[in-house]
Amino acid sequence: MSDESFKDRKPRLDRAAPGTTRRLLGYLMAYRWQLVVIVVCIIISAGAQAASAFFLQPLIDHYILPLVGATDPDWGPLMRTLILMGCLYAVGTFCSWFWNWLIVKVEQGTLKTIRDQMFAHQQELPIGFFDTHEHGDTMSRYTNDTDTLRQAISQSFPQMVSSVLSALAALISMLWLSIPFTVLTLVFSAVLIVVVRVLVTRSGRYFVHQQRYLGQVNAFVEEAVNGQKVIKVFNHEDATAKVFEARNEELFHASAQANTYGNVTMPVVGNMGYLLYVILAIVGGLAGIAGMRNAGLTGAGPLTLGTIVSLLTLSRSFINPIGQVSMQFNMVMMALAGASRIFDLMDQPAESDHGTVSLVSVELASDGRTMTPVDHETGHWAWKRDVNDDGRRSLEAAMKLPGEARDVALKAKDQAITSPDGRYTLLQGDVRFTDVSFGYDPKKPVLHDITWFAKPGQKVALVGATGAGKTTITNLINRFYDIQQGQILYDGIDVRNIRKPDLRRSLGIVLQDVNLFTGTVLDNIRYGRLDATDQECMEAARMTNADGFIRMLPQGYQTVLEGDGSGLSQGQRQLISIARAAVADPPAMILDEATSSIDTRTEEVVQQGMDALMRGRTVFVIAHRLSTVRNSDVIMVLDHGRIIERGNHDELIAKHGEYYQLYTGALELE
Amino acid sequence: MKGSTASELRSDKQEPTHPQHTIRTILHSLREYRKASLLTPAFVFLESVLEIVIPTIMASLIDQGVSGRSMPAIFKFGLILLACSAVSLVSGFMSGRYAAIASSGLAKNLRSDLFAKVQSFSFTNIDRFSTGSIITRLTTDVTNLQNAYQMVIRVGVRAPIMVIVAWIFSFRISRPISMVFLIAIPILGFGLIGLSLLVHPIFERVFHTYDHLNNVVDENLQGIRVVKSYNREDHEERKFDGISLAIYRAFCKAERIMSLNPALLNFCIYASLLVISWMGASQIVASGNNASLGLTTGDLTALVTYAIQIMMAMNMVSMIVVMVVISQASAERICQVLDEASTVHDPANPVMEVADGSISFRDVTFRYSDRSERPVLNHIDLDIPSGSTLGIVGGTGSSKSSLVQLIPRLYDVTEGSLQVGGVDVRQYDLAVLRDQVAMVLQKNVLFSGTIAENLRWGNPQASDEELVHACTLAQADGFVNEFPDGYQTHLDQGGTNLSGGQRQRLCIARALLKKPNILILDDSTSAVDTKTDRLIRQAFSQEIPDTTKIIISQRVASVEDADMIVVLEEGRILDRGAHQDLLRTCREYRSIYESQTRNRGKEDEDHE
Repeated sequence: MSDESFKDRKPRLDRAAPGTTRRLLGYLMAYRWQLVVIVVCIIISAGAQAASAFFLQPLIDHYILPLVGATDPDWGPLMRTLILMGCLYAVGTFCSWFWNWLIVKVEQGTLKTIRDQMFAHQQELPIGFFDTHEHGDTMSRYTNDTDTLRQAISQSFPQMVSSVLSALAALISMLWLSIPFTVLTLVFSAVLIVVVRVLVTRSGRYFVHQQRYLGQVNAFVEEAVNGQKVIKVFNHEDATAKVFEARNEELFHASAQANTYGNVTMPVVGNMGYLLYVILAIVGGLAGIAGMRNAGLTGAGPLTLGTIVSLLTLSRSFINPIGQVSMQFNMVMMALAGASRIFDLMDQPAESDHGTVSLVSVELASDGRTMTPVDHETGHWAWKRDVNDDGRRSLEAAMKLPGEARDVALKAKDQAITSPDGRYTLLQGDVRFTDVSFGYDPKKPVLHDITWFAKPGQKVALVGATGAGKTTITNLINRFYDIQQGQILYDGIDVRNIRKPDLRRSLGIVLQDVNLFTGTVLDNIRYGRLDATDQECMEAARMTNADGFIRMLPQGYQTVLEGDGSGLSQGQRQLISIARAAVADPPAMILDEATSSIDTRTEEVVQQGMDALMRGRTVFVIAHRLSTVRNSDVIMVLDHGRIIERGNHDELIAKHGEYYQLYTGALELE
Repeated sequence: MKGSTASELRSDKQEPTHPQHTIRTILHSLREYRKASLLTPAFVFLESVLEIVIPTIMASLIDQGVSGRSMPAIFKFGLILLACSAVSLVSGFMSGRYAAIASSGLAKNLRSDLFAKVQSFSFTNIDRFSTGSIITRLTTDVTNLQNAYQMVIRVGVRAPIMVIVAWIFSFRISRPISMVFLIAIPILGFGLIGLSLLVHPIFERVFHTYDHLNNVVDENLQGIRVVKSYNREDHEERKFDGISLAIYRAFCKAERIMSLNPALLNFCIYASLLVISWMGASQIVASGNNASLGLTTGDLTALVTYAIQIMMAMNMVSMIVVMVVISQASAERICQVLDEASTVHDPANPVMEVADGSISFRDVTFRYSDRSERPVLNHIDLDIPSGSTLGIVGGTGSSKSSLVQLIPRLYDVTEGSLQVGGVDVRQYDLAVLRDQVAMVLQKNVLFSGTIAENLRWGNPQASDEELVHACTLAQADGFVNEFPDGYQTHLDQGGTNLSGGQRQRLCIARALLKKPNILILDDSTSAVDTKTDRLIRQAFSQEIPDTTKIIISQRVASVEDADMIVVLEEGRILDRGAHQDLLRTCREYRSIYESQTRNRGKEDEDHE
């Protein structure tokens, strides 16, 4: 939100990405039959329109003039002709309605497909994308950019079809009358097209800018509205408005330029048409007076006056549609500008997932090793390998690893409970990091060669000074980000070999920053498991101590939350998010400062509930609060991505080390 | 709009009222672009006149030049034609340019006015519009209006001129036949109006659905970690598809109704043509095609030309109507924001100075909405002397945050009065008051930009040394310096590349830079370890002893040194006093304290 950072965002790309048109047409092709009918209807209604201009002369010559002076005029033939024309008009009218009606589906259907595909693709993007792209700018692609396509498809496309048809018809008629004059017209048109191209290219460039700045304005508004409290608390309204004005001004400039070029295209073409008219008149006049010969498709002969007059009229019929087409070009340029932003989002590389291992519920036989997959919850989960993988694959991979990593992998493999056929490994929540290095920007690593492990079924607390990399570590386990170096094993399996949805299913996560969705409280809890009954959701809420306050809300569980649950306190929002995790009933869980805003006595109840739920399952807890971590089985103190202390609360306190300092607030004497 | 789940969610919500004087409100934002808005039609007028004149020159060129085989005449009329065309080109250029400037300018001013208005909103106002809806109004709706405005000032002038001129010409040729137009035009006009009345409510709904779309996309973007960790991609897609489908259906319905528009137009043209032909034929036969007796075939040709011209102009009118109909819904939505009166007002003669950091609550009761029954704060009486430290503890949902948000007037008290420096907060100039109250919110919002830029929110003039100093006090200097770019490190979207504790400390530093009389920390060290927390508090008492400090915390350790601690429960003050007193007198406080100190270990107690 500053001037400097704003300047960095100067557009680099000045035109719609190449191939955008073809891609867009690809979407329209889904409606090819409708399009065929639409084009046919356009031709018919254009034909009816053309007939209305041309039918008069024959009508006068053949049906009106013969009646003039007749003593007893026979109106019959005239009447019949008019009725015939009426029928043609009726067909034309019907066709013009019909294609207008049909194109609605083509247009809106295409927009819907694009919107839906864009959103579906957005779901597959890696977390890094969301960290680095302004939300409002992404939102703009769904509304402002998609909107540009609306008019282009429903108006410009048909207009261009009918205009091109009219221009072609006029050109063929000219060719019929005189080849030399047609050539002259075509040469002139070439010049015209060059001029139009210059204008359209310019307007296109500015439309690209316009859409981009619109996205930035959208982004700025989104950020400002969501951060309104901070803006107010800091009296920052004026400063914010100033930055907004800068973006607004840029948008104005781009929009004014784009529309100027768009608006002047038509007058330029129209008036160049007059120039053509005069040139044709002069050349025709000279040629006619000189008695030059003429050659048309009908044959050669002297250039008659009538021919020249017709040619002049036809030159108007040729130029006018070209003007129409070039005016539509601007809509098309705007649509291309929008479309290339849409396709840009769709082309962002999706999260890669080469995992083959999946998560299943299993029945554990009495030998403690044999596992049979079942489709209901049993309290036991297992990692299921591919059909042709009996676990040897990862063993071979482990053997290739250097030094320590190999030992760790072999040891983990050894401790994992794997079914006799090697296809199933019991999910225990054994997590091992070996020499893991990671940076959000690969050039700036935040974790250097870190190594640690968590024993299955324990409550493991990760503590350490702010910025020690605790949250980053949890983000690596469930592969929000992929490590650049080292290995992470989950029950002896490299996390990269586990299918992402299954990996994430196995690991519930409650984050410090709570995100709720518009909907009822119940819906928000059910987000954890969509097929949970109301009863189960309320049970989860009761267990995590959220039930009490929810019942105090105006409509209890049916209270509609809006704007990220803005009516609730931070602690209440955290309670809902914990209930949401509880209803998901995951085999392992990460609680990342999940109770930081909840008072300690409520937290105790929450903890008891969670402990009951997660008994025998691995739970990772990140917290600064002593009360949150002290009953953990093992506490790991991290410092700069390294474990410097390890043990339970009492042991660590007794040690009087870093943990002791962190949690008693005791200061070293300087 | 069946199946639109989203639109029903908000049904209980108090919708902004239907605005009045939409056009006046919108045009009010024209300001410096009024000139361009007037010049556009002027040039369009010139252009239209030439468009009527040029064909007559063409006719002369053909009749006297080509047909008359006179090269001088061809050159003469050719030159006149080119001259006219040059003028027409210039006026076309100017009208195009001015139209672009006027419409883009109107859009710019509207956005600017809307943004300023939204900034002036209180949270009560904002709650009436969702984030998504404010964004739609500022961009999509304004763009619709911009397009419609451009169309109106360009074509809206041209079309009527063409209709009137053509009609006058036809009137001069044949009165009875010109009457055909007088019948056809109103039929077309009423038809258009009828259709637009039909589709208007649909378009209103469409944009309302756009708001939901924006909300869903916004929530999805913000909550993407939740979406991914629960594997809810499909669920989100279904939610989105529902809204996308609602937009699809509504638009289809509206546009299918509007598809009758060209048909109606065609019907009117063709019917007029047939009627004119028939009437013309009988009149020609009656007159014997003699100009002195009545209508001739030449006249009929001209009449048909005018008929087509009129209808073409009407075609443009109908295009405008469509755009205006779409933009009307948008205009109303824009006006709803512009007309919304902020519920927090500056007083008439505001107090411009805050004497000191003393705060007193006098029988304060507060509700977020007039309609909610149970007050959030219930008859609070509390005096905080200037320079003292107040600690606030209490269970989740005990209204701790609500209490402190009243101090910088983020909300106004419902009953009672709240005084800062001995003056009711409602009598202060809002900016003056907020300058003296620095608040670190529970939700730590940072903005895209560098760390230094974010810190300077507290004080735009702060020197680099002051930034470092503030960060040192907030225990943030250390980690900031560990970043390769230090204070120039760029924060992505809301600082997602920082940890929660880092964000909290930057927010504290940002607040310290304000050098306020009152500093409020709303559970602002929850993600900071105890040691750092203690260092921060120590820095406060040493560096800003005269600042009134209010600390909300879940940790008793964070407040135990406070001069006074208030225990809140369900919007009431349960007890107050110093740490040792409360331990003796307040069961609630004692149990909070014990829940945090239990199991601390024997050594720990020995140490103390």
